Amino acid sequence: MAEEHEALTRAFSGLGVDESSLLTVITKWRKQPEKRRGFRSSSPFFKPHGSFERCEDDFVRSLKVEFARFKNITVLWAMHPWERDARWIHHVLHKAHPFNIIVEIACTRSSDELLGARKAYHALFHHSIEEDVAYRVKENYCNVRTSFLFCPTSSNSDTIWIMKIYRPKRSMYLQLLVGLVSAYRYEGSRVDDEIAKSEAKALGHAIKNAGSKDPVENYEAIRILTTRSKTHLKETFRHYNEIYGKSIEQEFADESCLGETVQCLGSSASYFSKVIDKAFGEAADKIAQDALTRVVVSRSDVDIEEIKAVYEKQYKAKLEDKIVKNTRGNYRDALLSLVGM
Amino acid sequence: MATLTIPHPVPSAAEDAEHIRKAVQGWGTDEKALILVLAHRDAAQRKHVRLAYEEMYNENLIKRLESELTGHFERAVYRWIFDPIEREAVMAHVALKKTFDHRVIIEIACVNSPKELLAVKGAYHARYKRSLEEDVAAHTAGDFRKAFTYRYGGDEIDISLAGSEAGILRDVITQQKSNHEETIRILGTRSKAQLNATFNCYREDYGTPIEESLAGEAPSEFASALRMAIGCIVNPQLYFVEALHDALGKADTDEDALTRVIVMHAEKDLRGIKEMFQGRNNVPLEQAVRQKTSGDYKAFLLALIGD
Repeated sequence: MAEEHEALTRAFSGLGVDESSLLTVITKWRKQPEKRRGFRSSSPFFKPHGSFERCEDDFVRSLKVEFARFKNITVLWAMHPWERDARWIHHVLHKAHPFNIIVEIACTRSSDELLGARKAYHALFHHSIEEDVAYRVKENYCNVRTSFLFCPTSSNSDTIWIMKIYRPKRSMYLQLLVGLVSAYRYEGSRVDDEIAKSEAKALGHAIKNAGSKDPVENYEAIRILTTRSKTHLKETFRHYNEIYGKSIEQEFADESCLGETVQCLGSSASYFSKVIDKAFGEAADKIAQDALTRVVVSRSDVDIEEIKAVYEKQYKAKLEDKIVKNTRGNYRDALLSLVGM
Repeated sequence: MATLTIPHPVPSAAEDAEHIRKAVQGWGTDEKALILVLAHRDAAQRKHVRLAYEEMYNENLIKRLESELTGHFERAVYRWIFDPIEREAVMAHVALKKTFDHRVIIEIACVNSPKELLAVKGAYHARYKRSLEEDVAAHTAGDFRKAFTYRYGGDEIDISLAGSEAGILRDVITQQKSNHEETIRILGTRSKAQLNATFNCYREDYGTPIEESLAGEAPSEFASALRMAIGCIVNPQLYFVEALHDALGKADTDEDALTRVIVMHAEKDLRGIKEMFQGRNNVPLEQAVRQKTSGDYKAFLLALIGD
């Protein structure tokens, strides 16, 4: 019986649910309600409640989420990529999820795919992505990973000081996000090397002046990041590295949205590999866990092999092994198929 | 409706190419012959003529015309010869390269339907190997780029949103707030249907049309640009009538503006613009053009206007 208890507990741990283990136990314990009672008494999922063991509310909630993972990944897999992206963006805007998901979609899709997402958004929601992003960022710009603003450990004066620094940046986020989602970048390989070099310097100036109130330099950075072609930007980032000895991803690492922007535009495989690994972490919240589905489904037909290679290099482990370790059941099998095992 | 007139039956592209060749060969140029052909062919026919000319004489027709013609006439023919979508891409590029003519940029961004604007962007990619937005952003103040979003093209509107955004615009205008951000957000991202609803709410709630609020005595450059954008969105025909009036009314005729409006609308809706022009100015457009322009340039414009 300890075996079955272990199997049951294991079936409910991790992402997704191990449906076949559950079925095995259900079959084994047929006509043996005392076995189930035994499980309920010893499981943390149930709490004694007078004369019976009551199912914990948290357990019920998490079961709902975990059973739904396979459903979600299947529906998303079947959906047209444009509708997927449009729905993800709509979800972020209306459920106040972190805006870096919007950055991810805007920067890692081709110009025509992003355009398609905008068309799908029109059809589904009767608004343009641009107008909704502009409107929502206006309302709750605080969403941009500035939660430490309200960190209880900082004294009042610290909090106010921080808000003063971040206030002028609100319009930067607006410009950046609207600029990213409205982009229709040139997709060819032609690059003007002189401009790439000078724009690398412009980005350098913007970073140096990030603290000052001078807004002009920052808008240059946003112009460059939201209008130039990806090939051009990769060249620009390369020049940046040469001139300043640091990669631009490192420079912007702490900047919300801006950090994701340069990562996605510079080397998306590395960005995606990080997002996937976060999903496996102990501290992963629901949004970080859902990211696993999002990344695997959206990249499965695009560059999942590259992501796997980068993942192995970055984390010294095969992505497939991590998936097997951290996920369960049909959800796990779906992930493995999409990842190409 | 277009004012462009095409002869029946229309000569073949090869015949046209031959006539053009005869007109440009040798000393001087037979401008009348060029006008006779080029000013009376639609976009598809012009494209065929370009291809035929290149095939027959191994020379790019546009480059040849650029070298043969001069002045306002040359500029008009150069803009005319492209098809409408390519033309807008070319005009945007020209507007950005020379002294920046923001009228062109605003017109392209605000008059076109979302689909048309998208086609212009695609044509720009193909021709200049860069995106329209990046060139607009690099050569102008950042705000102009924000007019180029891919707006929702349908008719659904949110009335309460229209009311609240009319209020925001009112605040910006009357208090002369330097909060351009909100204005640009609204004008740059909302659909045309939504914007029209917003402007209607503005008129109803505050008693004056928003264009008048923006006019004032010494409107800032920003306010003028806003007025133009709003004019293009609300009533493009009236906007172009006024643009023609301004171009022709000045002592020093603004040929660039005149060329732009006539060339860009001759195969679209110049007929309606002409009628409205006559209605408002008591003078037919042909007469005004005849009075204020001369030479081959005049002949070309009149041919396009359908004289």
